[in-house]
Amino acid sequence: MSSTLSLKTEFIKGIWKENPVMASLLGLCPTLAVTNAANNGLAMGLATTFVLLSSSLMISALRNFIPHQVRIAGYIVIIATFVTVADRFLAAYFPTISASLGPYIPLIVVNCLILGRQEAFSSRNGIGRSLLDSLGMGIGFILVLVVLGIIREILGSGSIFGVAILGDWFTPWMVMILPPGAFLTLGILIALANWYNDPSRSKERRAAS
Amino acid sequence: MSYFLIFFSAAIVNNFVLSYFLGICPFVGVSKRVSSAVSMGMAVTFVMLITAVVTWLIYHLILIPFDVVILQYVSFILVIASLVQLVEMFIRKVSKPLYDTLGIFLPLITTNCAILGLALFSVLRDYSFLESVVFGLGAGAGFTLALVMMAGIREELELAPVPKYFQGAAITMIVAGGLALAFMGFAGMI
Repeated sequence: MSSTLSLKTEFIKGIWKENPVMASLLGLCPTLAVTNAANNGLAMGLATTFVLLSSSLMISALRNFIPHQVRIAGYIVIIATFVTVADRFLAAYFPTISASLGPYIPLIVVNCLILGRQEAFSSRNGIGRSLLDSLGMGIGFILVLVVLGIIREILGSGSIFGVAILGDWFTPWMVMILPPGAFLTLGILIALANWYNDPSRSKERRAAS
Repeated sequence: MSYFLIFFSAAIVNNFVLSYFLGICPFVGVSKRVSSAVSMGMAVTFVMLITAVVTWLIYHLILIPFDVVILQYVSFILVIASLVQLVEMFIRKVSKPLYDTLGIFLPLITTNCAILGLALFSVLRDYSFLESVVFGLGAGAGFTLALVMMAGIREELELAPVPKYFQGAAITMIVAGGLALAFMGFAGMI
């Protein structure tokens, strides 16, 4: 009973409580760079999750064979290999997405989120738990990227996933799809998360109800 | 003239941090004090310069002649990781004071996406050897500039009444947004 419960927490924690972007500020470069449209955010999130899952699988399976002193170099080689796989796959089957993400796909190699999970979790836990942990973290990462992408796309181009939803009356806020918009939106999202997680606020809410 | 353009574009107009979002982690993490921001900027510029030289040589003398461009990412990141280690050992041997100032920041540079980004961008844009060296210098200068400006603002920010929920990472992002907005003003210059 207790082990199924902890497996569930292993999976859930990445989505909100230990969300890689909102709580630990990991993987900020791709988060900010590719979220000028919801589509790009989704593609980036999926590619990162693929790399995270496969390298977790590999590293937790090899955790007793990788010498401790060279583990980081070993992890990086494994991660870079899977990134090459993801990059070639996107270039072959989704050339438009691959072109719009450009060098940010190879940059998944240095996404601290991936190396962080390997070092903190996969190198110490079995395959099953590592996969659950990576899946949770990956979903948390995709969620943040898609939410950021949706907000910036609606305000910056008046569309969502490439479909125009706001009529002609709407003047797009150009700044939202440019770099400053990324910083501002993420800053406001982090502040909102702080407000939501504030323990004193939830106490007030409980007292009121 | 074109070298100057490459330098200027990498340092100011297409600033690595504020318009390509490369190296955001140290930008947020090591920008609390101006002095440590300067050290970090120096260390990154130094590694960028060496990376530009070495990755250009590897790409054009090994990967292309042997037709193994598919190994680009694996070889670049391995080279950068070992380079950082070498630089760390070299600095410790040659200059102890410099090592003490840069100390903790050096290992962090391995996972700084600005370094790998630099190597990838110079391959993507097909730079010649000298061009990629200038590009590396410009990118390093731009990174240092952004980091030091950010640290200066954050030192002032400690005295400012920031709203409760915006304290910490949130206000840093908002300030970075303001900086990026200011840097957008350079966009028409090239």
